[in-house]
Amino acid sequence: MHQTNVLEYLEQTVTRLPDKVAYADETDELTFAQVYRESHAIGSALHRRGCYREPVAVFMRKQPRTVPAFFGCVYGGCYYVPLDEEMPLFRMELILRTLNARVMICDESTRETAGTLAFSGEIALYGDLASGSVEPEALAGIRARHLDTDPLYVVFTSGSTGVPKGVVANHRSVIDYIETLSETLGFSESTRFANQTPFYFDACLKELYPTVKFGATTYIVPKQLFMFPIKLVEFLNKYQINTVCWVVSALTMISSLGVLEKAVPRYLRTVAFGSEVFPIKQFRLWRQALPDAAFFNLYGPTEATGMCCWYKVDRDFALDEVMPVGRPFRNTEILLLTEQNTLAAPGEVGEICVRGASLTMGYYRSFDRTSAVFVQNPLNDRYPELIYRTGDLGRRNERGELVFVSRKDHQIKHMGHRVELGEIEVNVSTLDGVSSCCCVFDSEQDKIQLYYVGDLTPTELIPALRERLPRYMVPNAVIRLDKMPLTPNGKLDRKALEAQTQRKEN
Amino acid sequence: MDRLLQILEDIHPEVDFETCGALVDDKILDSLDIIAIISEVSAEFDVAIPAEEIVPENFNSAQALYALIERLEDE
Repeated sequence: MHQTNVLEYLEQTVTRLPDKVAYADETDELTFAQVYRESHAIGSALHRRGCYREPVAVFMRKQPRTVPAFFGCVYGGCYYVPLDEEMPLFRMELILRTLNARVMICDESTRETAGTLAFSGEIALYGDLASGSVEPEALAGIRARHLDTDPLYVVFTSGSTGVPKGVVANHRSVIDYIETLSETLGFSESTRFANQTPFYFDACLKELYPTVKFGATTYIVPKQLFMFPIKLVEFLNKYQINTVCWVVSALTMISSLGVLEKAVPRYLRTVAFGSEVFPIKQFRLWRQALPDAAFFNLYGPTEATGMCCWYKVDRDFALDEVMPVGRPFRNTEILLLTEQNTLAAPGEVGEICVRGASLTMGYYRSFDRTSAVFVQNPLNDRYPELIYRTGDLGRRNERGELVFVSRKDHQIKHMGHRVELGEIEVNVSTLDGVSSCCCVFDSEQDKIQLYYVGDLTPTELIPALRERLPRYMVPNAVIRLDKMPLTPNGKLDRKALEAQTQRKEN
Repeated sequence: MDRLLQILEDIHPEVDFETCGALVDDKILDSLDIIAIISEVSAEFDVAIPAEEIVPENFNSAQALYALIERLEDE
């Protein structure tokens, strides 16, 4: 019988390795048996509340127990929606309003903040839910009615209109992703992950699900260690971490500060990275420090369930070369479409479009935004078939490998996060004392620069923005202008501001 | 010291760096800030902050950071 639910990973592993540690951080650890028991209790508690086939918000400090909270939602026949203390209250409320969830699972450290949110549902404590009784018959009934096309989670990503978009992924696309990712990167029972990415995006799927699939172990790295790289390497060695799937900026933070000359994460064998271009100078330092490790460049949008392309580094690159994103995972196809909706010729630039079971279902309560990018495959005029248009431009190099070129719009990658400059601009514009604004991204320096006109001083503007936007979306530099540069047509002259940003850097 | 305060205030205009002594412990600075501070300080003071000096104690206050810079300048 083929797998239709991600929980089958856990159920197979727990019989084999009940006492092995599944998820841990520096203060807490959970075995597979504990994960199994607590997630069953949470599923039962949700069932008793009448929750079924609906979203459940999970607002917990990032910790091992967040994972059984996710699984508990699934046992209850629901789908989880992660919220995080890193999110500003304003953003959480936007998300909660979109969701209309009846239950939010909190812990002791978040319950107070949760109480201040505009949320009319029940705030339930993890500890209360997880210590309740299990109702095996009810959970079995829920499972019997489950389909692999039912949603598993909703994660919210930046939206250019100022309202975050909730990407809905189902079991089938996540299973498809975890299977193909695992065979490509060679995960196994002996894999020891160090998790860096937040739990409120799809990036953490790479650790959370292979851990239950193989009976591996995930160690959650305290966020503070990413400020102090020597301590970070000590952490990796202390827990004998052999596999990391991190954003590029977390890796370059270690190499660019000269840490690898002094401390090497000596157990590392698999280093996967993505979401950003890896500067070759920094990459060489890593390869030099870990000559026996395998390095993988991954690429993929949240809308296609995490990553969909991979390249295993097999050669050296010149400093000005860009590492390819390679080829699609098994069971996924990449179509490079020109503006005329034809396949791009070798070397020609086209929009990267994804086809296959890895496609997510679309955006939560946002049918218009969904149908704008989840579209009929223009190469197929015979039957309905969706592809996802990423908005990324790419080309195939002379080796046939896919190479990322640029974005079609104003979406950027900043410190590994996907950001719509438009969302920042909408939030700046809503502040009192700002009449107009424009954000420019300096990719060389990885800096977001904000230009604006208004009475508000930069000192007043930044704290106001921090209340509305996540930390990584707050501009790195803020410049007040007397007036905005305009094009001859009277439109805001973004190119002039980009040129000004470049001049300032040089 | 004024040059250092200027760098810090450009990053966090809302913080009083002359009095705050728990910039790391109170989570005022995050990893982006640390990287920005290291790069600005090395450009402004022409010193390289070695990896083993990138520890919480050296970044908890402007005074501690300034003491580090002076130490590095003397070497």
